[in-house]
Amino acid sequence: MAKRSAPEVNAGSMADIAFLLLIFFLVTTTIETDAGLNRKLPPIQEEPQDPPPLKKKNIFQVLINQQNDLLVEEKEMELSDLRQAAIDFLDNGGQGCEYCQGKGDPASSDNPNKAVILLENTRETDYSMYIAIQNELVAAYNFLRNREANRLFGMSFTEMEANFNDAQYNGNKELLEDRIGTIRDMFPLKLSEAEPKESK
Amino acid sequence: MSKFKKKKSGDLPAISTASLPDIVFMLLFFFMVATVMRENTLMIQNDLPYADQVEKLQKKDLVMYVYAGKPSARYQRQYGTEARVQLNDKFADVSDIKQFIIEERESKREELKSKLTTSLKVDGETNMGLVSDIKYELRRAEAYRINYTTRKGDAAQNMQ
Repeated sequence: MAKRSAPEVNAGSMADIAFLLLIFFLVTTTIETDAGLNRKLPPIQEEPQDPPPLKKKNIFQVLINQQNDLLVEEKEMELSDLRQAAIDFLDNGGQGCEYCQGKGDPASSDNPNKAVILLENTRETDYSMYIAIQNELVAAYNFLRNREANRLFGMSFTEMEANFNDAQYNGNKELLEDRIGTIRDMFPLKLSEAEPKESK
Repeated sequence: MSKFKKKKSGDLPAISTASLPDIVFMLLFFFMVATVMRENTLMIQNDLPYADQVEKLQKKDLVMYVYAGKPSARYQRQYGTEARVQLNDKFADVSDIKQFIIEERESKREELKSKLTTSLKVDGETNMGLVSDIKYELRRAEAYRINYTTRKGDAAQNMQ
């Protein structure tokens, strides 16, 4: 028998098929945004309790009004200055704080364990502004925690947390958890939110 | 003369498209790997605000999503322009959130119930009043772990 060559399959429509599949996937899927700011909400208290006594100097008050203006410690402030102001307040080290590097201003906070940031907003405040403020305050905490973590353990706090959450991390997770706890105790995140006010 | 004419009359060689399927398949595989199926059809505008101190959400199946924002253009005639809450594929009332959370929680295994996180996907232009109401409902439903889902970027972009 004569050698018969197999007829060549026409692959011209292959591209069309692939395009069809591609467009199907483009339409039905999304690139997920799965990152954000984690928060813990306080439980609802049935009976209003007396708030624990706080000295006024240990409270860092942040107000946002309905025009998205920022009032920090009764002074107007730009968003870009908030991070430094929060760092100065938390890191002040008035008394009982060996690792603080602030000025030790007696009119500012005693130590990070007592320092509370109080965030108040109106019902008309934009959500994006609120997130910007939250972001800056978290940034202030992260800055200080990173500094201490670098000093004590030679690794930044955000890196430690990322490793801790990483399933493929093959270091000592118990040690890591312990260290994260230590840093968290040095700068506990004390961010209190007031019920939003009705603007008049 | 005939020499020149002969050259001009030559047809353009056809460009080979044999590698086109390969290129398209490459794109296809990229999209298949990098994206996930849409779970909910959004009926609201959902321009998330920016933040840069973000943490990743850990387990996808332990996240409940609460959307909020203005109804998108084609629903505005029916639902107005006031920001609303969306749960699953439907518009919902703020008071429905508690029931939604309880139902979601019931569908999970017992040991995972404490690890459930609520992801708030709220449009940047929404007023905080609505967000506060949502947060109050979440507290009533004892869903204390929340995540303000944001896009990664400089927070100053939120001011524009």
